[in-house]
Amino acid sequence: MSANLLAIFYLVSGVLFILALRGLSSPETSRQGNLYGIIGMIIAISVTIISVGNFSIEFVYLIVFLIVGGTIGGFIAFKIPMTAMPELVAGFHSLVGLAAVFVAISAFLNPEIFNLGYPGDIKIASLVEMSLGAAIGAITFTGSIIAFLKLRGIMSGSPITFPGQHFLNLVLGILLVGLIYFLCKTQSENLFWSLIFISFVVGILLIIPIGGADMPVVISMLNSYSGWAAAGIGFTLENTALIITGALVGSSGAILSYIMCKGMNRSFFNVILGGWGATDDTSSKKSSEQKPVKSGNADDAAFLMKNASSVIIVPGYGMAVAQAQHALKEMVDSLKKNGVKVSYAIHPVAGRMPGHMNVLLAEANVPYDEVFELEDINNDFANCDVAYVIGANDVTNPVAKTDPQSPIYGMPILDVEKSKSVLFVKRSLSPGYAGIDNDLFYRENTLMLFADAKKMTEEITKSL
Amino acid sequence: MEIDPFIFRLSIFILSIFVGYYVVWSVTPSLHTPLMSVTNAISSVIIVGAIIASLAGNSNEVFDTASIFGYLAIILAAVNIFGGFLVTQRMLAMYKKKKKDK
Repeated sequence: MSANLLAIFYLVSGVLFILALRGLSSPETSRQGNLYGIIGMIIAISVTIISVGNFSIEFVYLIVFLIVGGTIGGFIAFKIPMTAMPELVAGFHSLVGLAAVFVAISAFLNPEIFNLGYPGDIKIASLVEMSLGAAIGAITFTGSIIAFLKLRGIMSGSPITFPGQHFLNLVLGILLVGLIYFLCKTQSENLFWSLIFISFVVGILLIIPIGGADMPVVISMLNSYSGWAAAGIGFTLENTALIITGALVGSSGAILSYIMCKGMNRSFFNVILGGWGATDDTSSKKSSEQKPVKSGNADDAAFLMKNASSVIIVPGYGMAVAQAQHALKEMVDSLKKNGVKVSYAIHPVAGRMPGHMNVLLAEANVPYDEVFELEDINNDFANCDVAYVIGANDVTNPVAKTDPQSPIYGMPILDVEKSKSVLFVKRSLSPGYAGIDNDLFYRENTLMLFADAKKMTEEITKSL
Repeated sequence: MEIDPFIFRLSIFILSIFVGYYVVWSVTPSLHTPLMSVTNAISSVIIVGAIIASLAGNSNEVFDTASIFGYLAIILAAVNIFGGFLVTQRMLAMYKKKKKDK
């Protein structure tokens, strides 16, 4: 196959990847979009194999490893519960990162096959590109592993900080730049290995100070990194498909990080430089306990909702933890039988990754046209009879609008306090992730339902 | 004077960032999770590098150091490609519209 024809095929698969993302603009076109993505991938893989033209024993191994990886991937894809999607995505990011590192290593060790020069005499531009690809890939790998461990609960979700942390990161960052510079001068293999090793360390250090509820930003950011790593390798291999894809994924992740940060009214650097939970403990603890709280049981809640004409459901991470989405759908179905109008309100940072709540509701067969984003539904709270808050907390806290001292001041919130009554399903009065008390708990029109989200929802369904 | 091919690739790269920017902003927020899983899958097109590394190596020796890393990268990328596309498919199949008759 001529180099030109090959380049055209790569371009085609790059365009198909663009169409794959384009399809996601609405659920109707999304499935077709995914198909475009699959076709693009098949084209890229097939033409690469044909262009190398080696169908001997190496080809057999290639197919075997492809099947091994594919089987593992397929098995995971079908077995994974939807609540575990954030961990899965973090895990997948780590694989892209590590794959980028491995490809960079083979390009460094055997540059002839990629037309990059000879060992010890690699073209400077290629060396810079592969170093960047390897470094970003390595950071993505360890960073995603940490994110995975935190999301999975194997590692504590609370931020890990120590004195001089930012300084250390800065020193390591400068060291990385220095290593790339000297690598280009000396072509030394040891410098290349050190570069990868230090990038692994940087990846760990970058993610450990970030707390659990900031994970939506972290996952999006790592998504972005995995794209830039792919683009770096794409430049090394002079491969258009890889360059286009890397740029797409890189900007996609960056936009998601931006949307998530905006959802919390925090700057990107504020999130990256360390968690909330650690710093704001002192201001929050004083006022709880003393204030009176109205609490109720499932029958009270059922009575309120049955007599309502409209109910808005506000799901949060707690719903995912309790796996309450199916129970919730059942409750909504019986409400609808009673003639109640029900819709769902989703805050941009609800859950542990962008769109987390939407996937869980979709899994429970909630039609997506009943689910609304913050801007689209926030005005409806004023006309709604009952807001049913299940597993959300900070994203409903009116303090964000009233108290300039509060760490969440300025964060866009769902105006649940405007509805006639608020039902709060929560296990206790403990503050949410931001470590601040929710004013809403003590309001006249709030009824607290202290229980596990799933159990409470099931009980309400029974009494309906 | 000839233009370095690198400049062409850089142009593709920059323009793709802009394409990505506009395409991703038009993605509906309810599909942000599938967006992440599908970007994950497509970024595994890095497998083309791994294929070259493993197939184009020295034919006397199937497993030299460079090709071993190539094969490892193939496994990792394959997990991602199949896992990413399939899990996206699974998620997208769940998004349903309200039935008209209800």
